[in-house]
Amino acid sequence: MKVLVAVKRVVDFNVKVRVKADGSGVETANVKMSMNPFDEIALEEAVRLKEAGVATEILAVSCGAAACQETLRTALAIGADRAILVQTDTELQPLAVAKLLKAIVSKEQPRLVIMGKQAIDDDSNQTGQMLAALLGWSQATFASKLKVSNENAEVTREVDGGLETLAIRLPAVVTTDLRLNEPRYVTLPNIMKAKKKPLEMLTPDALGVDVKPRLATLKVVEPPKRKAGVKVADAKALVDKLRNEAKVI
Amino acid sequence: MAVLVLAEHDGKTVRKATLNTVAAAQKIGGEIHVLVAGHDCAEAAKAAAAIAGVAKVLHADAAPLAEELAENVASLIVSMAKNYSHILAPATSTGKNILPRAAALLDCQQISEIIAVDSPDTFVRPIYAGNALATVKSADPIKVITVRTTAFDAVAAGGGAAAVESVAAPADSGLSSFVGREVAKSERPELTSARAVVSGGRGMGSGDNFKILEPLADRLKAAMGASRAAVDAGFVPNDWQVGQTGKIVAPELYVAVGISGAIQHLAGMKDSRVIVAINKDEEAPIFQVADYGIVGDLFQVVPMLVEELKK
Repeated sequence: MKVLVAVKRVVDFNVKVRVKADGSGVETANVKMSMNPFDEIALEEAVRLKEAGVATEILAVSCGAAACQETLRTALAIGADRAILVQTDTELQPLAVAKLLKAIVSKEQPRLVIMGKQAIDDDSNQTGQMLAALLGWSQATFASKLKVSNENAEVTREVDGGLETLAIRLPAVVTTDLRLNEPRYVTLPNIMKAKKKPLEMLTPDALGVDVKPRLATLKVVEPPKRKAGVKVADAKALVDKLRNEAKVI
Repeated sequence: MAVLVLAEHDGKTVRKATLNTVAAAQKIGGEIHVLVAGHDCAEAAKAAAAIAGVAKVLHADAAPLAEELAENVASLIVSMAKNYSHILAPATSTGKNILPRAAALLDCQQISEIIAVDSPDTFVRPIYAGNALATVKSADPIKVITVRTTAFDAVAAGGGAAAVESVAAPADSGLSSFVGREVAKSERPELTSARAVVSGGRGMGSGDNFKILEPLADRLKAAMGASRAAVDAGFVPNDWQVGQTGKIVAPELYVAVGISGAIQHLAGMKDSRVIVAINKDEEAPIFQVADYGIVGDLFQVVPMLVEELKK
């Protein structure tokens, strides 16, 4: 079975982001970029499916600027067999990405698409659900366990207050939550091998997809800062403050 | 202009997240209709009709809607969408699962987790784990929106007397089916609606050590939470996770124990009214957002705190 994994290039999770002075967005120039951590989990899961003999080929797809090739090379080093970049400098919103992925899915015919539940830049948590909708496929979001058999998959999902298990018919879209797996480290020999794996470049136009943004960002600001409070000596002083000053207990 | 709100419910009652979402709908303006979709959920529909400010409750009750499978509920929402200028759901795991599917079918770009309404087409939402706030304007004919519930004060659960109207449910998509649920059993309040939250971090050292937080949580009638580091280390289940990739909470009192205060954690709790931090590292970033901090060994401080609270 062919598995498609969608990966996004985002500001590295360790970077403290700064809002641009003109309020137009967040500073991304000269900032360390990485693969969205949830997408890394998605890729790891695909590689494990291949190692288990369930997946036969892993296709990594990214949409965005030319620099996303780096992210795709990382994906190839983790274990994807080949990669496709849909290259555009237009700001891509989740609906547009879902439409691009749908066009790729139509060409490539994977039986399973795995991606992160959300990207840690725009925190939208939409693309997987939208892709499933556009394809008319089943969906299982926030997966913490995935068992794939020929025509079906059983997915355990992280939901408010516990876990829920669904049986879904393939083809399907699965989005990953934190506890699905722990991604492997990329090794140097695999980085070298990845350089030789095929990476195809496409454009939204070639796929016939309109990616014009539907949401206009009017401004981006820093959130109001919380003031640091006081340090108290011990538990007694703390309870006194909570009772008599904050009046919260 | 009318606003459709997807209710979060358990078949018998509506959850508080619904009340917060109705509050967001009121900020948008227009008549508010609440959709209660499920199976054997007439009581929840009745409860929704009592919510202050609701004009009408739409009650869709059928077997394919049981367990609120995304495929079926999304197609129900789409079948009703033409009557509405806005469709809202709370940004709970249910709302986040269903609403983007409906949005894509309507060819609308969803606006996720709004924290403020500037105008009927302009909203504020956090990005980068709440480290920036973006004001976005939607050009779509129907605004499809999830609501960060902690950002809107709940409307009253009673006082309303809306009409309840039955709506036809879609046929089962046949794409997915419900297998089972493991509900975390707890006597404690639910994390996102608790008045107080006691959270532990990597500093707890082990899952067993979380037991020392229990008497504290008991005293404060608090829910228990954890940082992502504690979840990653396998100390506690993921549904305890407070932060960008877990739950967003804003209780009256948040007690962070052995939590250093990574950006990703702060994003999930910095809107709490009063924050208390207990950490042995005086330089821990958590102290920069805490109203009250104690520098010390949590294994000594927490039991002492429990003793003081008993007095």
